[in-house]
Amino acid sequence: MSISLETMLQLCIILPLLAAVGIAVTGRNPNLREGISLTTSLVVFYLVIELYLGLKGGEIIAVQWWEIIPGLGFSFTIEPLGMIFALIASFLWLITTVYSIGYMRAHNEKNQTRFYICFAIAISGVMGIAFSGNLFTLFIFYEALTLSTYPLVTHAGTEKAKKGGRVYLGILLSTSIAFFLLAIIATWFVAGTLEFTPGGVFDASVNTTVAAIILVLFVFGISKAAIMPFHRWLPAAMVAPTPVSALLHAVAVVKAGVFTVLKVCIFIFGIDLLQELPSTQFLLYLAGATVLLASLVAMRQDNLKARLAYSTVSQLGYITIGALLASSAGIIGGSMHIAMHAFGKITLFFCAGAILVAAHKSNISDMRGIGRQMPITMAAFFIASLSIIGVPPTGGTWSKWFLLMGTLETAQWGLMVVLMISSLLSIAYLLPIPYRAFFPGKGQAVDQAGIKEAPTASLIAICITATGCLILFVYPQPLYELAAAILEIPGTAHE
Amino acid sequence: MLAHLPVLQVLLPLMAAPLCLFLRRPYLVWIFTLIVSGLAFLISISLLQQVMVSGTLVYEMGGWSGPWGIEYRIDKLSAFLLLIITAMSTVILLAAQTSIQKEIPENRQIYFYILYLFSFTGMLGIVSTGDVFNVFVFLEISSLSAYALIALGKDRRALWAAYQYLIMGTIGATFILIGIGLMYQMTGTLNMDDLARRLPEVAQTRTVFAAFAFFIVGVCLKLALFPLHLWLPNAYAYAPSIVTAFLAATATKVAVYLLIRFTFSVFDLSFSFTALPLQTLFVILGLIGIFVASTAAIYQKNVKHLFAYSSIAQVGYMIVGYSIGTTMGLMATLLHLFNHALMKSALFLALGAVMYRIGSVQLSSFHGLGRQMPFTMAAIVAGGLSLIGVPLTVGFVSKWYLVLAAIENGWWPVAVLILLGSLLAIIYVWRIVEVAYFKEPVAGTDGVREAPMALLMPVWLLVGANIYFGVDTRFSVDMAQAAARSLFGVSP
Repeated sequence: MSISLETMLQLCIILPLLAAVGIAVTGRNPNLREGISLTTSLVVFYLVIELYLGLKGGEIIAVQWWEIIPGLGFSFTIEPLGMIFALIASFLWLITTVYSIGYMRAHNEKNQTRFYICFAIAISGVMGIAFSGNLFTLFIFYEALTLSTYPLVTHAGTEKAKKGGRVYLGILLSTSIAFFLLAIIATWFVAGTLEFTPGGVFDASVNTTVAAIILVLFVFGISKAAIMPFHRWLPAAMVAPTPVSALLHAVAVVKAGVFTVLKVCIFIFGIDLLQELPSTQFLLYLAGATVLLASLVAMRQDNLKARLAYSTVSQLGYITIGALLASSAGIIGGSMHIAMHAFGKITLFFCAGAILVAAHKSNISDMRGIGRQMPITMAAFFIASLSIIGVPPTGGTWSKWFLLMGTLETAQWGLMVVLMISSLLSIAYLLPIPYRAFFPGKGQAVDQAGIKEAPTASLIAICITATGCLILFVYPQPLYELAAAILEIPGTAHE
Repeated sequence: MLAHLPVLQVLLPLMAAPLCLFLRRPYLVWIFTLIVSGLAFLISISLLQQVMVSGTLVYEMGGWSGPWGIEYRIDKLSAFLLLIITAMSTVILLAAQTSIQKEIPENRQIYFYILYLFSFTGMLGIVSTGDVFNVFVFLEISSLSAYALIALGKDRRALWAAYQYLIMGTIGATFILIGIGLMYQMTGTLNMDDLARRLPEVAQTRTVFAAFAFFIVGVCLKLALFPLHLWLPNAYAYAPSIVTAFLAATATKVAVYLLIRFTFSVFDLSFSFTALPLQTLFVILGLIGIFVASTAAIYQKNVKHLFAYSSIAQVGYMIVGYSIGTTMGLMATLLHLFNHALMKSALFLALGAVMYRIGSVQLSSFHGLGRQMPFTMAAIVAGGLSLIGVPLTVGFVSKWYLVLAAIENGWWPVAVLILLGSLLAIIYVWRIVEVAYFKEPVAGTDGVREAPMALLMPVWLLVGANIYFGVDTRFSVDMAQAAARSLFGVSP
């Protein structure tokens, strides 16, 4: 192939948009429409792989578009952190497309064309976020992601969907305008640049009080990272069809949030400055509280998707903690957890969707004994649960390991305890589900008549992501190398 | 010919207005008006180019030089405004004939165009002239024709709204006239340039203070600054859709122009901001305006009312930017002037399309419109996003500069309040979205189809402009910056 890496980078963002147009045009013919979705996701994944190889080969890949405001324009650069996000998102988009074809057809959903259009636009937004070279570009795609996922969240069009959408959009848009945008403008005013710079953009003369306030604004403004008290949108968004919840709320939207937090911590503040700021400690405690409280709330949810949603809130807190610890282990753990959690959580959501389609069950108490009829689904559920908890032989082990290392490195004993307790809690809220499914015990077992495994397309997707959780345990090197490379960019190193 | 452009800009529509009577058929009159407005647009482009190349243009009426004769004076600010007014007018006129067919009886349609041209003339005159009494005359031309235009509305309440506007507008105009009269009394001149030279000599007299105060209050009535906004919602809501779009896009902008012109060019800035506690007053009134009007917008049942209140809030933003009193602040105001014209013309024209099909713009009649009129509703959503200030729309660019100007001046709380204000916009825009996309259509509206192309095209032209100037801000930012700098006397 003779296309340059720069072109590939731009194609990653533009192709899904073109696909959206193609989907709109071919909406009448479901096979063709889904063919376009599938082909595009394949091509985008291939492009990201090529870019990954290019990055590994030491190439510097950067593209500038036009300037929107003098001095501020679209700019894209590829660095390891963004690469992790792009790899995960493009791969899981591919898998989710396979899954949703099975799901949407089996469920006879309405407005499928709109669904696939918004899906494609959202992925374009994710790619834009992953590759953005400055905060301004990132913000634009961040907002585009919010708006393009709104129709997905409210897909059902019911009163409940409207309410959920209201919370979803209300929180995400409000915080991003009131806090995130303010923080960006303030950064632009104080530092004079929004370029992602290894080591941060603020020079030594910066007033730490101002920087501390800006940091708080950032962490609250990036509410996609679901730090309490701005996490309410995540459970609210669970009214969406399951593939949407899976991709957008286990991968795209929430990961865009924590990715942005990481990006801001590393490339806007720089970990040296971050350690000095008086507000870092406060935010760390807040993130710790989020981790713990969300786990506790998750235990009380009977609706499977709601339980998973709160589990996500809790796990996102881990990544935010990793970023705010401002140590190399914390950063490595945080960025690896983006990938590990994505694989685990998307599998769990896929399973939840499969159960809904095949057995029409959404409450955990109704799922006793369902493992007999849906063994593959529930086995996958078990593996993914292990990964979320962070025990071998699953990928989640590594990221949690590094996160704990990070708390040790920085002597944050309190946080270490919080992380350990939360892991225990996640055992308590996740493992009983597959356990009861296989061993219903003496309780009232589910009425098993007429329940069979999920549609094949969905099942394939589930198996792939569950296997992914296992592979990431055995073979985490590429991911680790990328995560470790984040801090090796000249100027970022903390020593 | 080129040398006469400053006066032709105003004369052309003025002369064209009576000619409409001879054309008799509304369709022909529409074409004629459209051509006139298009020509005015071309003239304004040419004027803008000349001003950018060779600086301020001064045209002496009948060869009598100022301060004895009447001068037309086109500087960067005027040229920018002329361009906004003529461009908006031309695009809005594209939709006029289709829209007024449903809203204005056939026998009054010709009068509509005549009044429209007069109002257009008045606004162009205010912006072009360098003579303060001329300002008053043109203000009356544009206002009187605007009252009549509003009264053309099909709704009987339009008469009452026009009457309200007439009373308030006349009070405003009278105040302005008193202000101008007092200035003349103290200086013996009506020429702006001359006034600027002579006013400082008598600046510390009570008469000049009074003149200034009268003038400012009069102008604030015209630009609907809180709490002098009471005439606006009804006037916008019950006027024919085209009139609303035209007035929303231009009328308040011209009033903001007058405010800037008098406080910067006639009185100098140090006087304007120190004689009265104008800065404090404006920033407080502007902010209150933003919050009160946005909150009021949330509770409106008529969508035209809703956007009318939003207009009052947007005026608040302009006034806040202006009151910061820095080049950046003024630039943000001018930028928002331009951007807001784009947003509101797109929104009100789209409402015109809804009016065309449904015959009502009550929120309750928007049920299910997302499916029945997808392109019109998409335009309203796009305009609404621009109003909120989502990136890649013009609203974002305005907000960016406004906040930056506030921060630059150390006004952090104001920056926060500006952003909080736009959260209210999310609520009122989303009320429409939810009704249009989540409610089932009301029984009996099965036949509702998408609006005709003649309406959709101008609407989408404006929506396109909302996006284009949100993505490529070179023109709008450069113009606003150049105008702001020249007013502050900074060489570009």
